[in-house]
Formats: sequence, structure tokens, C-alpha cells
Amino acid sequence: MTYNFAFLDEDTKRMLRRALLKAVAIPGYQVPFGSREMPLPYGWGTGGIQVTAALLGPDDVLKVIDQGADDTTNAVNIRRFFHRVAGVATTEHTAEATLIQTRHRIPETSLREDQILVFQVPEPEPLRTLEPREAETRTLHALADYGLMHVKLYEDIAQYGHIATSYDYPVLVDGRFLTSPSPIPKFDNPKLDRSPALMLFGAGREKRLYAIPPYTSVESLAFDDHPFEIQRWEQQCELCGSGESYLDEVVVDDRGTRMFVCSDTDFCSGHRMEAQA
Amino acid sequence: MYVAVKGGEQAIARSLELLAEARRGDTAVPELELAQIRGQLRLGVARVMQEGSLYDEELAALAIRQAAGDMLEAIFLLRAYRTTLPRFGYTLPLDTTAMRVRRRVSGTFKDIPGGQVLGPTYDYTQRLLDFDAAVAAEVAPADVPLPSDMPRVLDLLDAEALIERIEPGSDPEPVDLTREPLMFPADRATRLQNLSRGDEGFLLGMAYSTQRGYAESHPFAGEIRMGEVDVRICPEELGFAIEIGSIVLTECQMINQFHGGNGVPPQFTRGYGLTMGEGERKAMAMALVDRALRCDELAEPNHAPAQNQEFVLSHSDSVEASGFVQHLKLPHYVDFQAELSLLRTLAAQHATDAEEQPLSAAGGQRS
Amino acid sequence: MSALLQVRGLGRRYGQRIGCEDVSFDLHPGELLCIVGESGSGKSTLLNTVAAQQAPSSGSVRYRQRGGGWLELGALGEADRRRLAREEWGFVTQNPRDGLRLNVSAGANVAERLMALGMRNYSQLRGIARGWLERVEIDPARIDDAPTSFSGGMQQRLQIARTLVTQPRLVFMDEPTAGLDVSVQARILDLLRRLVNELGLAAVMVTHDLAVARLLAARTLVMQGGRVVETGLTDQILDDPQHPYTQLLVSSVLTT
Repeated sequence: MTYNFAFLDEDTKRMLRRALLKAVAIPGYQVPFGSREMPLPYGWGTGGIQVTAALLGPDDVLKVIDQGADDTTNAVNIRRFFHRVAGVATTEHTAEATLIQTRHRIPETSLREDQILVFQVPEPEPLRTLEPREAETRTLHALADYGLMHVKLYEDIAQYGHIATSYDYPVLVDGRFLTSPSPIPKFDNPKLDRSPALMLFGAGREKRLYAIPPYTSVESLAFDDHPFEIQRWEQQCELCGSGESYLDEVVVDDRGTRMFVCSDTDFCSGHRMEAQA
Repeated sequence: MYVAVKGGEQAIARSLELLAEARRGDTAVPELELAQIRGQLRLGVARVMQEGSLYDEELAALAIRQAAGDMLEAIFLLRAYRTTLPRFGYTLPLDTTAMRVRRRVSGTFKDIPGGQVLGPTYDYTQRLLDFDAAVAAEVAPADVPLPSDMPRVLDLLDAEALIERIEPGSDPEPVDLTREPLMFPADRATRLQNLSRGDEGFLLGMAYSTQRGYAESHPFAGEIRMGEVDVRICPEELGFAIEIGSIVLTECQMINQFHGGNGVPPQFTRGYGLTMGEGERKAMAMALVDRALRCDELAEPNHAPAQNQEFVLSHSDSVEASGFVQHLKLPHYVDFQAELSLLRTLAAQHATDAEEQPLSAAGGQRS
Repeated sequence: MSALLQVRGLGRRYGQRIGCEDVSFDLHPGELLCIVGESGSGKSTLLNTVAAQQAPSSGSVRYRQRGGGWLELGALGEADRRRLAREEWGFVTQNPRDGLRLNVSAGANVAERLMALGMRNYSQLRGIARGWLERVEIDPARIDDAPTSFSGGMQQRLQIARTLVTQPRLVFMDEPTAGLDVSVQARILDLLRRLVNELGLAAVMVTHDLAVARLLAARTLVMQGGRVVETGLTDQILDDPQHPYTQLLVSSVLTT
């Protein structure tokens, strides 16, 4: 049998597009949607896949990354899936892609207005670990009652001297909704603020969609006297020499020798080519 | 020199070949046929149909074979396939009083109109491994044919007004949980739908906990019946109902003690369970959990896990649970790196603090 | 002076059972009113209904806002109710564990309401939290300790600090000293009396203990079977009780 273009039937895509329009209209608000059971497991990107499937057209060029890399197995598998069910062109180059599905990173290369970034989200509710009841967190969002989140940040500083959240760092979108940026390292948070590209977030298992429209303000929560800071390394990438990208630490032998390389593989190879030219 | 890891695509292709080989096993042994699975593993087929939310024995058998007998994987396969199926319409509510009963027992009355009918059950098998199972059994014909009409046991209590009455037709139109997200608080129809798709092991554990003091429901198995029920739809263009086939169902109605409250007099209350195919254990567990989840409506104390609808309904689905538990094997390099950096900062700070303390102690000695 | 809270003909039923019925009183700014009665007399039901934690079955509760306008609490939406609870009111529960966040430090417990009001300076939050710990006689050095490591009396004092830190206009207290040792009780009552005076608090306090009312409240309201049987100046009620039930209550205190 043959599947519909991009797997999902057109009615389902319409439902998804409506939910996405609502999400764009209310930046940062989690829109409940009728998440479908996809042929990939929940927790492996079913939310992102549904968003991508709803947006993909025959002329799109798709890039899929996981941990910043195009060649990690889950990224390969999702790219394979869309190649199989939609036959669209795929790329590993950030600049060539019209649609980028990502897990855990935002590419280092600046995005443009004609690009869409689709995030895979495991837990869309930033308050979940502080308040497990869904009915209550929805009320807190409705009332913009976010004191609880600051209690957590306060407690971090009191106990550790720092805000001890290093990824999935909570943000306030458009001055209104407390939002999870998905488990990207806080290093990537500044890229969310006033991004020219549309950012869409899909949580399949939790059945929520949300969006950060282009040029929307995204503020990483902090205290006046403990401002938000991103990770820094003493090292530079040992492959391309970049001093401003997010680095992966790689153990290279059994004596624990480490080396640091760019997590964004496309950025790294582009940087190396520039250096050679 | 170090080169970033490449070759994910090839690795996946090789892995798929290995999986196919392992699934098939020794090629000297014949491949399992779907008819064998359907015919000889019918309870496994029933579970996959029920939790896969698709009544199709052939596809369920195919999924079981493809999943090498891993039921959760087979359920997942069926669910993913189901997503792609067009929706022609919804059936009319099934009438289980008109069930062509093959098994029907009650734990509340010694004899009931229509009688106790054991049917095919493992209940009294003595669980001795049967080394001669290959020999076909012969079934003696029944002395008396089963009556065509078997009243429900709970209706007998209903006549005495000793059990809560649920007015037919008073139910709101249920949402379709495979099309709409689960929202809280969820009404009973939505809860039942979720439980019906829920993992049997999870429901069994939850139900068991209600019997051991984590919620008090004092249950009696009012009636369990299994058999065939006709499925009817009413197409808009016809304007009248037509029968499109029949399916096997297992239904359980629990009777639970209730001391009264919230303006309701003391009376028996009901817990309800229903599964496709033969699924008695699941139907009974579902009925217990259904009743526990009605605590707020009946103004009962709500303190046990099985009474907490967000807890039960959010964690009942095996496809969701299995996916999220197993997603931990995906790469988390980036987040792990972020945590490593943080931990190094904290450790360095801890070391500095520890050095400062002996210094001040030394200062104290000098003075 | 105009009242802060106006309760008229208030009732709350649970099915056929009466929680409280036909209760009326006014509360003025700076006034502490005690509601006295045995357990089951309906005093906690009354408190929870007045504090808009449950809807009344009959009657009304009106609250005068900062701007001077009256707010009908029965018609209040969830958003306004929570805003009032966060910004203008405080609630001290009998068991401090119900009113505290046990999984975060004492400092975070005190600072939470300030952060909910938008304060975003960590050092300032710490400063205020330390000041309040001191005020309720908890060693400020314990600011980063978990409330679970505190004694019952300390937990109750922490809850009081957490509630009063935003200087609420109106505080509800449900048996804040019950369940504590007598010596611990005395210390908390002393503390409450001092804070009520310093801050000019308006408060409604439920207690089964007439001695508590004598110490703190200018006016007292005596409840039996869900109804108010006597109301007036506390001293008057204690020295010259009119209703037989009040007479019984007073004599039982005197004889023990």
C-alpha cells in the first residue's frame, strides 16, 4: 500500500495546521492537539515529526539534526522516514534548508526569515517538575502566576551559588507565557530571542504544540543580580578552531584523554573549509 | 586524527538485517503462519487488538509475528497502522445484553436467570504443564442450549433500587481519544476509553492496589460475560441502522459498597470494564480502577494512586510509556555536556570553599 | 471607620448537613476577631467560606479593596480570588506543613510571595527573608535549611513569616497554636500579639481556646452547631457570658 504524502492524511494535517496557527497567534501558549500515533516511538520525536509532516511541501529542503549532528542515528532515521514517505530533498547544510527538525540544539549558523525550525519536545510544561497536576499548571499559566518558577531559581542560588539549570532553561515568551525551550543547552537560549526564523515546538506524547513567531522577545529567567549566563569553554574546537560554538566532549582513549569538538557538525565542516580556502 | 562519528545510515541498515535474521530464527523450522497465530494464540491476538485499538485478528497476528512475540511492540505496530486508516464513521453503541454469550459468571448470586456458564476458561486447569497438548480435544455437545436472552445480573438489583441507576441516553457524546487530546478533569466516558486502551499490566497493578487498602471499594464481581455482539452503524445517506458484522467482547460489571455521601443515599455502585476479544483479567482490573476513579463524584476521600485520575490516565498507555522510557537510549550528549560543565563549576567552587575553611582555622590559632 | 470585611447571613451546607448558618459580622482595619467554639461547631467552615476557599450556600461576604470599592467575594472569579490571596490576604493553617513548601529552604518559603509579586533581586530577597526570620525568632543563619529540619513551633513561626512578609491587609488563621506544646504556644501567641500590633493587621482567627481569644482579640464570636450564639467584646464575653453555651465554655476553662 502507499501512504499519503508525508504519511499523515490531509485531514490530520489540517488539524495540525490549525493548531499551529493558534500557537503562532499566542506565542508560548501550549495548544492541546490530537496527537496521532506515529510509526516512531513516543519520546523519539513524534511531535516534531507531526509538525514537519504538516508543513512539508514537495519543494521543501529538509534538514534533520539530533544533538547538533546530521548523522546521529535518530536524525538519520527521521530523515529516512521523510525521504521514504514524502520524497523531499534533504540536506546537511543549514543555509540550504527550508525546514529544519531538531532535537536538543539550535544550529550555530544564523537562521533566516524563510526558514522554519521544528523542535522535538519531551516535556512541554516548564512547571511540571514543580507542580505535577496538569489542571493546576494550566491555571497557573492562565493567571501568569509564575512565582513558583522563581522559587526554584532562588533555591538553586541558595544551595549552589548559581542557577543550576544547564539545559531546558525556562524562558518567558513575549512577556507573557512561561515556556520550555525544549532540552537545548542554555547556550542556545539567546538564539531564540527575536529570531528571524519561525520556531515551532511539537510534543507528541504530551499532545501539545507551541510556537515562537519571528522577532518575538524571549527572556531567559534570572534575577537582577544573578543575570542569565551561557556556558563557556576554555578550549576551542580541535577540528575547526572555533571559539564560539557549543562543544561536545569526546573521550578518545582508555586513559581518559578528552578532546573538544563542535556539536554542530555542519557548522564545523563549513568552518574548516573556510579556513582551508 | 579524530573524525566525527559518521555512518549512522549504514549502521541502521545493518541493524535491520540482523533483526530480520533474528526474528526468522532457524530457517530449517517452518515460518509461523498467521492462521496458526490467530487460531492458537487467540488470547495474545485479543490483547494486541484491544490495546492496539483495532479489531482485526489477521493484522494483530501479523504484528505479533513481526514483533517476535513482543506484545507491546505488536500493539505499537497496530496503533501506527491504525493512524493511517480513514475514518468512515462511528458505530452505534453496542448492546451487550444481546450478547451471544459463551461465558458468563457472577460472584454475587449462586444461581442467576440464564445460569452460570463457565465456557472456555483457564480458571480450573490446575496449571500442570501438559506435555501431550498436541492431541486434539473432543468437546461433548451441551445437554441444553444456552438461552438466547441472558438478563444482566445488575439489573436484578436495579429492580430493587439497591444499586445506582444510570439512565440510558444521559451520557454525553464521548470524545474520541485517538483524535482529541486527553484533558483534565476527564469525564467517565473519557476515562473508560483511556483505561480500555491502557496496558493490562499497569491496570492490573492499579486494581490490585485498590484491594490492598490504597482506596477502599469493597468490590464484588457482579457479572462477567464474554461472547459475540453485533456491530451496527447508521450511515447518513441511509438514515437507518445496518449490521456490519460482529465482534467478541468481554464485559465486567463490578458491584461496590457505598456508604452514601454527596447527597446520594447508601447503595451499591458500579465499576465497569470492557475489552475486545477474550480479556477477562483486563476487564476486571479496568472495572476496579474505573470505580476508584469515581471518588470525587461520590465525595469519597481521594488519597490513593488509583483514585488520582491524572496519575492513572497519564501513565496507563504502554505505547507512550514504552517510548518515553526507552528514549533514554537516544543520544543526550549535549545536555550531558551541559551538566558536566555545571558539575565541574560546582566541584571547583566546593574545593575553594574547603580550602578557605582551614585557613581561617589557622588564623584562629595564631591569635 | 469603614469596615474591611462585611459578612451578612452567611451559610454553608454540605448536602443536608449544616456547616454554618446565618452568620453576620463586620471586621475593621487593624482589628483581630476570634471565632471560638468546640470542634464541629462550624468555625473552620465559616473561616474557609469567608476566605473564599469555598462557595457560600447563602448570604454574602464583601471585602473593601485598596481603592475603597467593595468586592462581592461570592461572585469572584478564580483569577481575582487568587490575586487577592496572593497580594492582599494571608492564610495561616493549623498544620504548618500544609502552609509551607517543605521541599525548599526556609528562605525560599519566605521569599516566595515576594517573588510572586515580581521582586527579582536575589540579595534583596535574602535580606528581607533574614529580617523576617529574625522577627519570628528563627536564627537567620538557618535561612538555607529545610523546614523539615525545624521543630513544630519553628515551622509555625516560619509559616507566619512567609504569610506576613508581603504585609497583607487581611489574615486568616485556623487554630495556629493547636497541636503545639503549651510553652511553645505561649511564645507564638506572644509573637502574634506583637506582630498584630506592629503591623496593624486585620485578622480573623479560629480557636477552640478561650485563653487565646482573651490574649489577642478585642472582639469574639462564639459558635455552636453552626450558628453564632454570642458576640461582643472579648472581656465582656469572658467575664459576663450571657448564653448558656458560652457560660459552659467559660466555666470549663475556669475549672481546668
